[in-house]
Amino acid sequence: MGNNLDALTTVFTEFYYFVTVVFMFLIHVGFCMYEVGASRRRNHMHTLMKNTMLIPLVTITFFFFGWWIYWAFVNGPGITGGLADGSANAPWSPTMATHLGDRITGVFWAAFLLFSWTAASIVSGSVIERIRSSAFWIHAVLIGSVFWIIDAAWGWSANGWMVKVLGYHDAYASGVIHAIAGGYALGVLVVLGPRLGKFAADGTPRDIPPHNPWLVTIGLFMIYTGFWGFYAACNVPAISPEAIGGMITGETWTATNIYLAPTTLGAITFNFLMSLSGGLMVAYVVSKGDAFWTYSGGLAGIITASAGNDLYHPIQAMFIGGVGTFCAYKLHHYVERRFKIDDAVGAVAVHGYAGFIGVVIAGFMLWGQPSSPYEGYAAINPLGQFIGAIIMFGVLGFLPAFIVSKLLASRGMLRIPEKAELEGLDHHSELAYQAAVDDVRAAERAIAERHT
Amino acid sequence: MSTNGMESWAVDLKDVGAIYPFQGTEVILVIAGLVFWIGWHVLQAKVEAKELADAERDFNVEHSGNSIDRY
Repeated sequence: MGNNLDALTTVFTEFYYFVTVVFMFLIHVGFCMYEVGASRRRNHMHTLMKNTMLIPLVTITFFFFGWWIYWAFVNGPGITGGLADGSANAPWSPTMATHLGDRITGVFWAAFLLFSWTAASIVSGSVIERIRSSAFWIHAVLIGSVFWIIDAAWGWSANGWMVKVLGYHDAYASGVIHAIAGGYALGVLVVLGPRLGKFAADGTPRDIPPHNPWLVTIGLFMIYTGFWGFYAACNVPAISPEAIGGMITGETWTATNIYLAPTTLGAITFNFLMSLSGGLMVAYVVSKGDAFWTYSGGLAGIITASAGNDLYHPIQAMFIGGVGTFCAYKLHHYVERRFKIDDAVGAVAVHGYAGFIGVVIAGFMLWGQPSSPYEGYAAINPLGQFIGAIIMFGVLGFLPAFIVSKLLASRGMLRIPEKAELEGLDHHSELAYQAAVDDVRAAERAIAERHT
Repeated sequence: MSTNGMESWAVDLKDVGAIYPFQGTEVILVIAGLVFWIGWHVLQAKVEAKELADAERDFNVEHSGNSIDRY
């Protein structure tokens, strides 16, 4: 820190990212509430623990190799160059620890880590009540510490090859988090199969209602809250043109998106709320007031507009959110009926389809705008965005999930046995619970009898 | 040619104002937004009226007694 202004900027930036991490914790609380509410009573604790344990597993693997991937894989490697220098972010680097010369790496790492949890948690909800925890946790590490962070290196970095070559623009991660996680969930679901009883003999889907709609909706409210932190974490809060080192002239400081192109917190505040509103309004009407889909539609609205929410006009964000929500709702039911996909929480639709559509729409809305403040980068364009959406949803999402699920299924490691599914995943813990209750009751009765 | 007039960030930011796409269409956007808002009320009222009509049609004393008891 060279002078007082540098010191103030550094400490402000450090605190800014720290606060976003705290906010983003609420996303995970929300996902846990949501999943438990959506599961049936005999599966509660298993569902909760399945999601909870992805936290430590993704955290330690993101420390060991995920964060290094982000810095080292910006060129592919092998697409626009070789492995980039990620040594400062390798787990043995002194700056990946307590270090007075680097106050930002820790909080920046944590902000990305919370995105990693989110990616894994999106998959978690769709596969409830029939996946083995052991299989899910392998998937959680792969999506959370490998595949999403590869796509971030490619398309969510100032130096990413997709930004340079395709003009890829995805400021608040429609594709980078949501499309990839939705695609990944679909890849698992195709192999995993539906919950028992989900489809009638003639293939008609049955609704499996959440056991606690209140918990589901409050969980989704919590995710909205955490989403504010997510949005803030996607920005650099204050930076000078000199520090960007691109083509921007003058001395006006600005907030930027992840590509270091100018935006404002005001812009994303407008657009977050307007796209949320567009999604909620469309979802309420199209689902005929169904609470689960209305709340999910709010999320889908934000997710669809996220790719360009650093640049859209708020009314544009509202319409884009509405369009994405309508498409996601219709696609969910079409895919369920046509392909017999049992997505328990609609994650493939809300995150995957809405994210994919959002990336594509941004290509048209932002056509010709600079994707970066640096020279030589492709401008934002529809073809680049479409290819980018396919890479996110299909190449880095669906494909690896499908292959790994096939491998796990071939060894009998993916799905729980049918009898266990009927008995309920909490069978073991419920037996222990009941035994403990019986034991305490017997002890208390014995004490009570002494007083008679 | 770009949808917001910016083709490069080689500018001094103190000289830049709005950067959203399709500037000049604000009034059209507001009108479209108002139509969307009013349309939503119309559509929602129709859906609600149908739901209430269904509830009215399905009314029977025994069921409503259960609903009252359930509180």
